[in-house]
Amino acid sequence: MTTLDSLNMLAGGLFLLTAFGIVAARQARSSLGLFIAQSLLLAASALLLGLRYNSSHLYGVAVVNVVAKVILIPWILRRTLHQEIYTRREIDQVLNIPTSLLIALTLAIVAYFLTVPLQRAIEAQFRGPNIAIGFAVILLGTYTLAVRREAVPLLIALLAMENGAFFAGISLARTLPLLVELAIATDGLIVVFIAGVLIRAVHKHIGTTEVGALTRLRELTPDVQEEGSVRN
Amino acid sequence: MIARAGFNLVQVLVVLLCAPLITGVLNRLKEIVQSKRGPGFLQPYRDLWKLFHKDEIVSEESSWIFRATPYLSFVAPIFVTLLIPVLTAYPLSFAFMADMVGGGFVLALAGFFKTLAAVDTANPYGPMGASRTRMVGFLAEPVFIIVFFTVSFIADSTIPFIVQKRWMSPPSNFVQPSHVLLMVAFVMLILAEAGRLPVDNPSGHFELAMIDESKSLEYSGKGAALMKWAGHMKLFVLMCIFLNVLVTPWGLADRIALGEVLLAIPLVLFKIFLFVLVLVVIESSLAKLRLFRITEFLGSAFITSVAAMIMRVFSL
Repeated sequence: MTTLDSLNMLAGGLFLLTAFGIVAARQARSSLGLFIAQSLLLAASALLLGLRYNSSHLYGVAVVNVVAKVILIPWILRRTLHQEIYTRREIDQVLNIPTSLLIALTLAIVAYFLTVPLQRAIEAQFRGPNIAIGFAVILLGTYTLAVRREAVPLLIALLAMENGAFFAGISLARTLPLLVELAIATDGLIVVFIAGVLIRAVHKHIGTTEVGALTRLRELTPDVQEEGSVRN
Repeated sequence: MIARAGFNLVQVLVVLLCAPLITGVLNRLKEIVQSKRGPGFLQPYRDLWKLFHKDEIVSEESSWIFRATPYLSFVAPIFVTLLIPVLTAYPLSFAFMADMVGGGFVLALAGFFKTLAAVDTANPYGPMGASRTRMVGFLAEPVFIIVFFTVSFIADSTIPFIVQKRWMSPPSNFVQPSHVLLMVAFVMLILAEAGRLPVDNPSGHFELAMIDESKSLEYSGKGAALMKWAGHMKLFVLMCIFLNVLVTPWGLADRIALGEVLLAIPLVLFKIFLFVLVLVVIESSLAKLRLFRITEFLGSAFITSVAAMIMRVFSL
């Protein structure tokens, strides 16, 4: 195993760790920080794979990733949801954090067993840790989506899932055209923008973005607004 | 053979004599960072000197456990010193007596006796601290086990000298993800085991919030001195295992020569000093966790160590 492979593995290991961090984060702000770190690690992995296989497309992936996920998405989120992210309150989970982490751990191991037959099926040159780690991160993101009860961490879990898919993808599609890459990145940006505006609107009307508290469906009338603020 | 036994003695002396210095430097640096006045870095030596010259009071109600514990907890880190590379990169005469799990067992034995001794005197704060230490202990246990398991999985051995060689040979071994993740998990373990800040406040004087300190509240004079000294040595030994085996396996004596072994002393102290700087940053920037948050802290250490293991499996 060469040093580049080792470094790629290291980026993968830390990538997996940030996904665990997103499962366990207590504040929306740390969740966002972990997402930024995760995207940086994704870019690092793309860069290392690009160096390893001499593929300029992967450099493009790295650059697009840094621009879209490290700079633009956090910027949009901060602009639209400043208050949601920076209020220092604890975000809610269905399960307590140690239990959550243990379940997440089981999911990571399941991901490994899921990818073993996949690894056997594909050609030797595409095998590597990226697929298993990417799968694990997708599963962890899904799990986070299931247990979180607040809008911003849910959005970040969704983005983390996308990161996981990308992480698996870059080891499979080494000559991905840059156009596809850009399209996906723009897609992500738009999703974040729409979700941000939506969350902001929900917050404005109901006074909270705790998804767990939104159990009843009603038309927006002034007294609903009041009720929401009382509950908050 | 005689040379190696002699080097063993040098190692033990280094641990005995330098351990209070490291604690003193750590405390002094923390005072500087937090703009406190505080005593100089030689204060631990002065404390030990003072305590050794004071009378000892032992409760009539206490049993032999209370009296034996200071000696036991004093001897345990010295035993572990014989097993680990403190100054030399080659195994010394007792190195194969026990592996890392054995060393962990010896340290845990001392911890066990400290807990018993705290309960023994029926001082109200002792058993409280003892039960808390047990709580931290049983949460740290799975992390220990997984860390040792992963180390033996990667390096094919749990003898610290062999593990240390393993990271050196090709440099790509060193940046292996499992290795780096192990380091992170081990730092968290050291913080929990040595009673450092996010888990326990070593400089706290409030009995109700104490975890580790309250166990030696009943000791006075010589007993207290031994317990304190044992605490310094335990931190030193844990740092030695961490730095010399896992993080920086360089700078140890390679040849069987007294000059090299003596040269290794300042190098090892320098490495420990750098790690102390990291500890100061950790301890000055984090607040003590609430008692039930410790579960989460050690839970994340556990996740990190298991992730290290998973990464090893992924890369096969």
